[in-house]
Amino acid sequence: MPNTRIKVPATAKAGDAVPIRAIIQHPMENGFRVNSQGTTIPVEIITDFVCTYDGQEVFRVKLEPGLSANPYFEFFLEATKSGPVDFWWKDQDGTETTASAPLEVT
Amino acid sequence: MKLLGPLIAITLAFGAAAVFAETNPLPPKSGYDFLTPENQALQDDEFANPGMLWVETGARLWGENCASCHAEGSMRGVAARYPQWDEKLGRVINLEQRINDERQTRLGLDPLPYESEDLLGLTAYLGNQSRGLPIAVTVDGPAAASFERGRNFFYTRRGQLDLSCASCHEQHVGDHLRAETISQGQINGFPIYRVLWQTMGSTHRMFAWCNEAVRAEPYAPGSQEYVDLELFERWRGMGLVVETPAVRR
Repeated sequence: MPNTRIKVPATAKAGDAVPIRAIIQHPMENGFRVNSQGTTIPVEIITDFVCTYDGQEVFRVKLEPGLSANPYFEFFLEATKSGPVDFWWKDQDGTETTASAPLEVT
Repeated sequence: MKLLGPLIAITLAFGAAAVFAETNPLPPKSGYDFLTPENQALQDDEFANPGMLWVETGARLWGENCASCHAEGSMRGVAARYPQWDEKLGRVINLEQRINDERQTRLGLDPLPYESEDLLGLTAYLGNQSRGLPIAVTVDGPAAASFERGRNFFYTRRGQLDLSCASCHEQHVGDHLRAETISQGQINGFPIYRVLWQTMGSTHRMFAWCNEAVRAEPYAPGSQEYVDLELFERWRGMGLVVETPAVRR
């Protein structure tokens, strides 16, 4: 499973916009490069990234080959109630990677 | 007596040259100072720095294989001392070779290939343990011969372009190669996350890349030529601190 790094504040006040950060280690091979033998290196990319907050989808990205390696997303989330923030990545072969962190709203 | 004055002056000049040969001709400046503000910010951001992904790989491997002998925190300062003379092997070795030597002799494991994710991870992890500490290599004693060979490598012209390392990284620091600012070629942040490569790379990958850039035949990663050069390069960077994992363009 590829390395992931996520950052969710441990606690937040209700109504606050909290920063969420997520990064996954991936080569994001775009399919246009050739190796030293002159043959094309096949495409190998992550295709989907989804973030859910307390079971509800809050952020979704469809990734394309033009993105650079180790895709990194940062966005804001409005804290409403305590619950887990779940991250889910899927690559082109259907391999899924997950990560999760709790957010406590006071 | 008339002749003696100039003679003394010449002798003094030669004496001074011999002394200065042992000091760095350039005050060292990290590659960080030649980066764009965006890349500097990426390196400074502990979370977003992509090199930290490899540090995590290294930390996991360290926990699996090394942590049962080496206490937590005992590796701080180690990476700053490499490359280092090894009494048993009778030559100067770098951090990668030290890791592989330990794997083979103490753990009975296969050596990790150069540029493998695992070896990059371990070197990044160990380098990161020394982050912020000054580089402290020893170049005298048994390492002196290796150091001299490294210095010769640095000042020897090579390749179709007939350039030495010093031609750019000493004589043209701060000038431009098209849009690129020429750095001093310091290696205090290795292994680095190189934006051009979109991945992590070791010192020797960078040396090979530079050799190819002047259209010279690169040496193999882990070759003694590159280890000697690595020792000289680290010595050039004495006064800088370890920045591993650094981000470079």
